[in-house]
Amino acid sequence: MIPTPDLSHLSARDYESVYEPAEDTFLMLDALEADAEELRSMDASVFLEVGSGSGCVSAFAGKILGSGTLYLATDINDQACDCTRRTGLQNKVALNTIQTSFTHGLHPRLRNAVDIVCFNPPYVPTMSIEASEAQGLRGIEGSWAGGSDGMQVTNVFLGVVHELLSPTGRFYLVAVKENNISEIQNRMEKLHQLKSKIVLARRAGREHLSIVRFEHVSPSSI
Amino acid sequence: MVRLITHNLLACHVKGCTSNNFPLQLQNVQIELRDADFNADFLKTFLPKLEWKALVESAKELGDTSLPIEQPEMLDDDFLKNLHHVLLEIHIEEGYMICPNCKHSYPISNGIPNMLLAEHEIG
Repeated sequence: MIPTPDLSHLSARDYESVYEPAEDTFLMLDALEADAEELRSMDASVFLEVGSGSGCVSAFAGKILGSGTLYLATDINDQACDCTRRTGLQNKVALNTIQTSFTHGLHPRLRNAVDIVCFNPPYVPTMSIEASEAQGLRGIEGSWAGGSDGMQVTNVFLGVVHELLSPTGRFYLVAVKENNISEIQNRMEKLHQLKSKIVLARRAGREHLSIVRFEHVSPSSI
Repeated sequence: MVRLITHNLLACHVKGCTSNNFPLQLQNVQIELRDADFNADFLKTFLPKLEWKALVESAKELGDTSLPIEQPEMLDDDFLKNLHHVLLEIHIEEGYMICPNCKHSYPISNGIPNMLLAEHEIG
């Protein structure tokens, strides 16, 4: 049993501008914990979380993988970056926080170099304009407003994540039923040669949450 | 925290700025030195991912000249200890990272680099 990261340094005030860990976050932690042995045996040198928010997932990954991995965490929200930084300190995990959109500024140097990617995107279906404005404002709304099918933001990253993954790399994505998970899976295999599996699913209130894990169909061709 | 291991992964991404956009030059920086656990295996694994020339250049900008110009073939203890220090123990808390090509300035504040661009600068 790997303990949930200590978030006692974060207050209600932080959660006014940063997403507070909830069922979706915990489902991601559970998926990583279930894969802990395999993840350790990968000897991962680079872990990346996109949209790290409180930093809970990255800190948890740090507890699984230890000091032999570089932890990169990005978020567009400056308050989220600060929370991630503090969560790293609180949990003694060296989280390298970068304020950016997705992996902008990092992408060319991370090509085929990331062993584990985690993304808990804004997946809630909203009006398209609402999602765009939320990303522009870089505040808490951007952590959940997902636009059409809740996929507006996720789709941007789904178009490039295959370029980041190392040959044996894995990508963990949080999704809900409304995102049309089977369509995502088919598309990723067809367009980007990433096969996938729903590794964990849980119902939380109205949300049917899943963790989808992607990897290259043929690692040797990378 | 911005350490040189992260800095070595950052390049300018302003629209149209695609060459000579790396490494970002460090300017007006405030640094802090903090001990980190030495892990030789990690350093050896990470070595092939580094842009060596850029690392040596950036370390020099921070006043550290302990690394050889060429990456050595023999990885002895002294070398690994110097590499460990340069990559993982020098923290840039405040300052700027300037693109050598377009001169765009990316600020570092409270140990967090800001790579966000304005709408019109995004490629």
